[in-house]
Amino acid sequence: MKTKKRIDKTKIIFFILGGVVILFIVLPLIKMIVTTNPKILWETLKDQVVYKSIFLTIYAALISTFLSFVFGIPLAYCLARYNFWGKEIIEGIVDIPVVIPHTAAGIALLISFGQNSLIGKAGAFLGIEFIGSIYGIIIAMAFVSLPFLINAAKEGFRLVDVKLEKAARTLGAGGLKSFFTITLPLSKKSVVSGMIMMWARGISEFGAVLIIAYHPMVAPILLFERFESFGLSYAKPVGVILIFVSLLLFVILRIFMSKKDAKEI
Amino acid sequence: MIKTLNLSKRFGGFLLDDINLNIDKGEYFVILGPSGAGKTCFLETIAGIYEPDKGEIWLNGKEISKLPPETRNIGLVFQDSALFPHLKVIDNVKYGLKIKKFKPKEIKEKVDNVLELLHISQIKNAYPKSISGGEKKRVALARTLVLEPKILLLDEPLSAIHPNLKRKLQEEIRSIHQELNITTIHVTHDFNTAVSLADKIGIMNQGRIVQIGVPEKVFQQPNSEFVAQFVGCENLFKGNLIEDNGVKKFKNERLSFQVTTSHKGQAYVSIRPEDIIISKNPLVSTSARNCLLGKIAKIIEKGPIVKVVVDAGEDFMVLITKESLKDLELKIGEIIYLVFKVVAVHVF
Repeated sequence: MKTKKRIDKTKIIFFILGGVVILFIVLPLIKMIVTTNPKILWETLKDQVVYKSIFLTIYAALISTFLSFVFGIPLAYCLARYNFWGKEIIEGIVDIPVVIPHTAAGIALLISFGQNSLIGKAGAFLGIEFIGSIYGIIIAMAFVSLPFLINAAKEGFRLVDVKLEKAARTLGAGGLKSFFTITLPLSKKSVVSGMIMMWARGISEFGAVLIIAYHPMVAPILLFERFESFGLSYAKPVGVILIFVSLLLFVILRIFMSKKDAKEI
Repeated sequence: MIKTLNLSKRFGGFLLDDINLNIDKGEYFVILGPSGAGKTCFLETIAGIYEPDKGEIWLNGKEISKLPPETRNIGLVFQDSALFPHLKVIDNVKYGLKIKKFKPKEIKEKVDNVLELLHISQIKNAYPKSISGGEKKRVALARTLVLEPKILLLDEPLSAIHPNLKRKLQEEIRSIHQELNITTIHVTHDFNTAVSLADKIGIMNQGRIVQIGVPEKVFQQPNSEFVAQFVGCENLFKGNLIEDNGVKKFKNERLSFQVTTSHKGQAYVSIRPEDIIISKNPLVSTSARNCLLGKIAKIIEKGPIVKVVVDAGEDFMVLITKESLKDLELKIGEIIYLVFKVVAVHVF
């Protein structure tokens, strides 16, 4: 007896709807790449300004990621391990940069780090100018992308059994030592992926950086400027390059995430 | 050696309440209690993971209540081993020595010895996830012992492993304890383990130590309803296991009867009161091998079951029914025989 294969309508509908999403993401990117004039792309690749701008973007985002590591990792650990009054509030504060418009964040940073602000004056005393400098870029990038690192690290720390830290302590390790020899290595994956996410997020930041430091120009701003001044065909190559750089980081992240670790439980 | 004075600590809704212990050097002290009694919390407080709210901990005449765990040199073996999953067995064992900055040569020597002692040399390059539960326990023990702690705390070291392996590991823990003469506090909810290993037992319930003493004393003379219910073990005797003409016997100054066991030397035995038959005549041609002469010391009638205490050198508790009592016309002072099978004798 032959039975007709049952058709799962829900599955089909869901797959079709899901496919729309994928096309929505992929098509514009493909379109942008295929319609870019290769000659202009080649010129753009050789363009010192573009090259410098991309380097600045990657570099500033990297510095901002490492700075955030120094301050953000301890916070992530506290949030993962300790219960204290107002913990929910702190967790909410950490998420604020995700929910506010980035231009608004830029304005807020401008006010706090501008020449007339206390921090701005302190910076000026040390010879550091935030507005219109790489320092401003770093700050803007850190502000908007910190939550990615902190939340990823927090989840990572939370998954490390407290008992392992206790064991390390009874074996003679102090708190810091147990953190660096046990907790951090065991949450390495989450922490590194949080850093890569933050880095990538920093590279793509436009709004906040635009307000605090239009110059020196990071790549997304350069793209915007090329579009404004020279039109679509000169903006596209910069866009393509930028997308490639970001995708490359993302691929590295994915490979890192999926790599099966022999040591894991 | 180690002493706690009025030690108290609150954990959320739970309380370690006024714990006073005094454990001598080289002693094997077992804390026996139901789960949730606070045994783990107690060990972790001794180890310094928690600071007590009240009371003191003294180790070798020094107060250590406020010291952080890493400076106490108290070894704690966690219930689920708590091996570091990102380190190989050998690196787990090395961990403490490296932290304490021992020289590489010394580290190698100490680690090799302890791996040998616990028979885990062959798995030294494995990661914890790929070794068995019993092996994990050994590694955890090795990782702690290699530091030569002043005192060894064991949190249910024999739980969650196969019964056969459990027996073996228990014997090894006993022999390691004898060899190293290391003061040990072992917490467990398992009566058998406690009787087998303990020099002294403390019964813990709801955050308090409710009775302390040598095993036979605690089990034969429980000081509270709780202890009686939890560990109540009648007919528990201490003595030696000997071979007499190829027959394994349990023997002390007052008693001697046949047993079956692979144990040797000093041991505890117990016989359940319901497994003993009272007979007016010596029973012959039955499968029961043991027949002791005794005198009825007490008859306690409570409900349909009657407790009869018989003095056969030591006091035996026997449970019989009211009908049996009536039919046999048992009276206090009467001489009777106690009959039980060899397999009814439980050896610890």
